[in-house]
Formats: sequence, C-alpha cells, structure tokens
Amino acid sequence: MTPAKVLLSRWQFGVTITYHFLFVPLTIGLGLLVAIMQVQAYRTRDETWDRLTRFFGTLFLINFAMGVVTGIVQEFQFGMNWSNYSVFVGNIFGAPLAFEGLLAFFLESTFIGVWIFGRNRLSPVVHTLSICLASLGSIVSAFFILTANAWMQHPVGYHLVGHGAGRKAELTDFWAILRNSTLWAEFSHTVLAAFVTGAMFMLGVSAWQLLRGRNVAAFTRTARLGAAVALVCVVLVIVTGDLQARLMDTQQPMKMAAAEAVYRTQSGASFSLITIGNLSGQPIFQIRIPHLLSLIATLSWNGKVTGVTGAQAAEVAKYGPGSYVPVLWVTYWGFRIMVGLGFLILIMSAWALWRSRRGGKPFELGRWTLWVLVACIASPFLANTAGWIFTEMGRQPWIVYGLMKTGLAASPSVSTGYVIGTLAGFTLLYTVLGVIDLGLMARYARQDLGGGEPEPAGREREDVLIY
Amino acid sequence: MSGPVASLNTAWFAVLGFLWTGYFVLEGFDFGVGVLSLVLGRDDIDRRMARTAIGPWWDGNEVWLIVAAGATFAAFPLWYAAMFSGFYLALFIVLVALIVRGVSFEFRGKRDGARWRAGWDWALAVGSLIPAFAWGVAFTGLLHGLPLSRSGLYLGSFWGLLAPVAVVGGLASLAMFLTHGAAFLTLKTTGPLAARARRAAMWLCWPAAALVAGTAAWLAAGRSPSPGDLPTAIPLALAGGCALAFAGSGLLVWAGRAYAAFGLSALGIVAASAAVFTALFPRVMVSTGPGPSLTIWSAASANRTLIVMTIVAAIFVPLVLAYQGWSYWVFRQRLTRPAGSASPSCSSRENVTRR
Repeated sequence: MTPAKVLLSRWQFGVTITYHFLFVPLTIGLGLLVAIMQVQAYRTRDETWDRLTRFFGTLFLINFAMGVVTGIVQEFQFGMNWSNYSVFVGNIFGAPLAFEGLLAFFLESTFIGVWIFGRNRLSPVVHTLSICLASLGSIVSAFFILTANAWMQHPVGYHLVGHGAGRKAELTDFWAILRNSTLWAEFSHTVLAAFVTGAMFMLGVSAWQLLRGRNVAAFTRTARLGAAVALVCVVLVIVTGDLQARLMDTQQPMKMAAAEAVYRTQSGASFSLITIGNLSGQPIFQIRIPHLLSLIATLSWNGKVTGVTGAQAAEVAKYGPGSYVPVLWVTYWGFRIMVGLGFLILIMSAWALWRSRRGGKPFELGRWTLWVLVACIASPFLANTAGWIFTEMGRQPWIVYGLMKTGLAASPSVSTGYVIGTLAGFTLLYTVLGVIDLGLMARYARQDLGGGEPEPAGREREDVLIY
Repeated sequence: MSGPVASLNTAWFAVLGFLWTGYFVLEGFDFGVGVLSLVLGRDDIDRRMARTAIGPWWDGNEVWLIVAAGATFAAFPLWYAAMFSGFYLALFIVLVALIVRGVSFEFRGKRDGARWRAGWDWALAVGSLIPAFAWGVAFTGLLHGLPLSRSGLYLGSFWGLLAPVAVVGGLASLAMFLTHGAAFLTLKTTGPLAARARRAAMWLCWPAAALVAGTAAWLAAGRSPSPGDLPTAIPLALAGGCALAFAGSGLLVWAGRAYAAFGLSALGIVAASAAVFTALFPRVMVSTGPGPSLTIWSAASANRTLIVMTIVAAIFVPLVLAYQGWSYWVFRQRLTRPAGSASPSCSSRENVTRR
C-alpha cells in the first residue's frame, strides 16, 4: 500500500468529515433549542414563541438537509477507502454504526418528516413531541458514533485473533465498550459543544435581526435564550474538556504532550499560550503560564507531565521501532484554537447575558457590539473543527490506538487514481453546495419574522400548505 | 469454511435480506416518484405535488440503507469491506446522486425563479434514476460473480461491474422502481397528475416484468449450484412471482384499484429481493476466481457480536416499524390540485390543498 494512497485517503476522510461536522453540531444544538421554543409556545400559548419556532425551524431544516446527505458519505467511506481497517475492527466498530441507524437515525428522520408536514395534521402536543423526538434522535446518534470513535482512541472489551493480514479485533465485552471512560468524556464534551454551537448561532442571528431594528422584543428573547444556554453549556464544555485532558494524559500521553509540544518530561509544567519558534524545542518567543499544564493534566501543582521525547521512548519500548509523534504544529495550534475560542465564547455569552439582564427590555448594545456577536457565530464552528482535528491528528500514527497503524488501514484494491478522483469530486460538490447553503442560511436568517397565517411572501413552505 | 445452517450467521443473513428488502420497497417508490416528477409533472404545482407525495418519508426510507450498510459492516465485516471497496466508483456516483437529490427536497422551495426550481427538479430526477439503476447492477453483480482475490477483495475495474447481465439487472430494478413509484403517485394524488401516473404504471409494469424474468433466466442459466446451496427452482419461482406481481399491478391500476396495485408492486419487489438473497445463500458475494466466494461464515463477525446485535434488533426493529407505520397513517390523504389552477399556465404557489 503506497504512502500516497494512505495520505490521499486521509485527506478525503479529513475533508468530508470536517465538512459534515460543520452541520452536525448545529443540527443537535439548534434542534434542542427549537424543541425548547416549541415547548414554550405550547405551554404559554404565546404566539411570539410560535413565530420564533418557525423562524429558527426554517434555518434548522436547511442545515439539517446538509448534515443528512453528507453523513451517508462517512458511513460508506470506511468500506470504500479503509477496507483493511473495516475488516480489522468490523466485529466491534460496525455494531455502533448499525445501532446509530436503528436507534437514532430512524427516530430523527421519521419525526422530522412528521414535524415538517404535520403542523396542520396533528394535535399541538403530538407536533411538539415530534420535534422533541427528532432532537433526541440526533443526541442518541452522537452517542453511538462516539462509541465507535472512543474505541479507536481507547480500545476496550476486545481481544485480538489471527495473525499477519488476518489479524482482527473481536468483541469480548460489549458492556465495557459502552462504559468506556473515553466515550463518556467525549460524549459529554461533544454534545455540550453542539449545544453551545446552536446557542451561539441563535445569539448571532438574533443580533443580526436586532441590527435591523424589527421585532426587537422577539429577538431579544432569543438573544437572551442563546446567551444563557451558551454560557451554561460552555462552562460545562470546559469542565468536561478538563476531564478529558486528564484521561488523555493516562490513556494517550503522546497526545497530551503533542497538544503542548513539550519535549522533556517535567514536573510543575507551564502552559504556553503562544509559541513562535521552530517547534523542535527552541522557541523564539513565547508566553507561558506557570504550572498550568501540570494542573490540567494531573490536577496537581507539581504533577509530572510526559514530554514528546518520553512518550516516544515509551511507545518504542512497547510497540517496536518507529516514530510515534504526530504532526506537532497541528496538534499544538489545534488545541490552542479550540481552548482559546472556548474562552472567547465564555466571555461573549456572559457579557451578552449581563448586558441584557433587565428582563423584557431590549438589548442595550451598540451596533458595533451586535456586529461582534454576529461574527461570533463562526467561533463554535472553528472550535469544533480545531478540537476534532487535534484529537484525530493527535492519535496518529495510530488509527486504533496501540492496535493498528493508519498506514496499514487503507483499501488495497482501490487505485490511487480513484482516490484522487473522488477526493476532487467531493471537494467540488461540497464547495458548490456550501456556497448555496450559506446563501440560503443568510437569506433566511435576515428575513422578517413571520406572522400568523397566511405565511408572508417569499417564505412559503410548499409542504406545510398541503397536508 | 462453513458451519451449521441453523446459526446466527444464517439469521443475520436473513436480517440483512429483510433490511435491503425494506430499503428497496420503501425508497423504491420514492426513487420512482423522483424520476417521474420530472417526466409527468407538467408545471410547478404538479412537480410539487409529486415531491410532497414522498416528502414526509424519503429521509426515513433512506435510513433503511444506512442501517443495512451498518448491519453489513457489523455482522459481515469482510462483505462490507469487499463490496464497498470493490464498487468504489459506482458507490461514489450513487453518493453524489443521493446528496443532490437529498438537498433538493429542502432547497427547491427556498427561492423563486424558474431556473432555480428546474435545476432542483433535474437534481431529484437524475439523483433518483442513478441509484435506482445502480442497486440492480450491484446485486446482479453479487450474484453473477465478480473476480475476488484470496483475501476476498475485488480485482476488477469500474467497467468490470457493468457486465451485460448486470446492466439488464439494473434496468430491471429501474423499471420496477418506476412502476412502483407510478403506482404510489396514482394513489397519493388526484387529477391530471394521477391520471398520467396511472397510464405510466400501466405501461411500465410490462418492461419491469420482462426484465426481471430475463435477468433471472440469464442468471439461472449460468448458475452451477454447489452442495449447500438452495435449489435454483426457489429463486426462479420467486422471480417468476415478481414478474406476475408486476403484470398484476399494471392490470389493477388499469382497473382503478390503486391501493391494491401499489401493494402488488411492493410484493413484487419483496419477491425480487428474496430471489436475490435465496440465490446467494449461503454466499454473500460470488467469486469468479481466483479466490473463493465470500460466505456467511467466511465473512462474518464472531458469535458474541451477532448475539449483541440480535438482542438490540429484536427490541428496536419492531419499534421502528411501528412508528414508521404510524407516520404513513398520519399522511394517508391524497393530494389535490385545487380548483382554479387547472391550467398549467396559471400556477400559483399557495393553492395545493388536501382534499
């Protein structure tokens, strides 16, 4: 298997999964918020909540469509580009994928359909329940796909059978796979980050509407809801992220060292905010916070943090000769962008909530500040992307940590030319669809808040008119 | 490698047969409607009616594919790996088709403008046509045989998938899905669109029946059963039943019995799918050499995985069937083209209502 084919297959997976994961967190986060708003509308019989549910529901559905269609590519890609991997892990990895479909996607897709077309057909209770079930489905799907991913980070509940090319992992304990500590750390961190994504999106879109100065009372409501949810969830994201860092320090010491690009194993290690240098141990300029890295990794002031050199030596001793060091500039900056944006979101949401604390009154924010909130829509998307690039690139050269190297995982029967062709094809298609999707999102994010029936011009949903 | 017939391997082969069959019956009609919406829809309202007829379900129907692929991965990893890497470019084309048809449902109505809408109409039609043809090619190929290596990997090229018999099989699945879709449109719509769909079903059922019978005869002629295979008579009888069902479906549409016609075309697809799986058993991919065929034993996961999967499937498959069935009940009405929009020239957006 040529290194070029492996590299191109990795690029293909990287490009398609990164793109897919722009839509997924918004589906999960905004789905929950739309469900919350519709429950509010139902409980209070407040017409404004109903109009807001429809407004954000439209944006939710545009985004949802993109998430759905790009998701199938991911499921097929394991077999298409990574057939050796599929054979090696199929006994274990396949089950969560099947359960994701059976338990989550069926629920999500069926009740989204019911929700879109059922507004005039169903009682309000059942209609409200259908968006809640769809939202539940999206959260359950996160659980199962992360079950699969957590097993790649920290394999448990398996034994190895066969040897050479026929070597594969077989299930010994499915319960252990569901109780994997890495799974619960990843699941809580990722789902909370998805809630933050939906909430910051809602805050930013509301700010954009407030800039236009129409329906100020209604969009003040969603701005506050977004800010509150973002604040609570981002605090929890930081807590669960910290939990994950400590797990990583014991389970994947190399990744923790690579996050910080520290070479020597040291006690009371400082955390570098910014390093400019050649990253081979000789920084030119840096800002460091004393002892912070030891605190993050071990929860003690003078805790011992393994350096890259130490982790490399340990893996060579365990797995034989070779380089076990990931691409350090990617892990270093990936980690920093994720953490930095997380704290930016913390500050922005806390500040927005503080400024709007007198309930009922409109946001007392200047135009400039509102524009900053609009710009902040990008921050959770960038943080999600940086975090996943860090965690997946930080696992390299392993595809399954300690068990299988990425270099051996690709499809032997697929030619490099095919991989190039499909990589180009997906990139082109995704670019075109991305432009269209962004255009539609922008168009529907700045439209007027709809009134009651009939729907205002330009915002008709062909479907709700019919059934 | 082989094992006892009464085993979890056999059970999971049957479950996969069930999942693929469910997928073909359900997404089959929305593929058919997708293609026909462009051909039979004379104006914007017609095309929206056709879309709305499948609107609540197409996504849920597609999940049958996702579950079938995931269950193949889990229960028969080597089958999943060999089939998905072997059908590489074909699956890429299918994925592109599913992507553009999927977004077309959400995007089409989001802007006015004839070109925008026509573009998404084509995306739906072509995006439905390609997979409707490709699944027939793929499953005929599995049966007819493909060159597999000793480790079970496909050795041929993209063009190697398009053997003449596989192309005929692809046309058969396309014709079946078109008939099935036409029958569905007949029962879900009213007025001129329903009348056109009815005529389409009456015509399309004959090529569907003939192509299924032809593919089956062609495959049966080349089949040399090994010990442990089911007798060729079983899949042949099922394929014959499928052809009869489609012929009957056409007659029932002609007689104005839309529900019965749709039921019969669904039954025909069940029979066709059952024919494929009984002809395969106990193999999952027939090899023309140099390696052996993949079987439900050589390609399978260990028993422990299959046990976990069996428990989860036993609980959740009935639940899924119940709520999906309920969603079909909720939207059971026919769609009606409202008065005042009889002529395609005076199309208006807000006048499609339920009867």
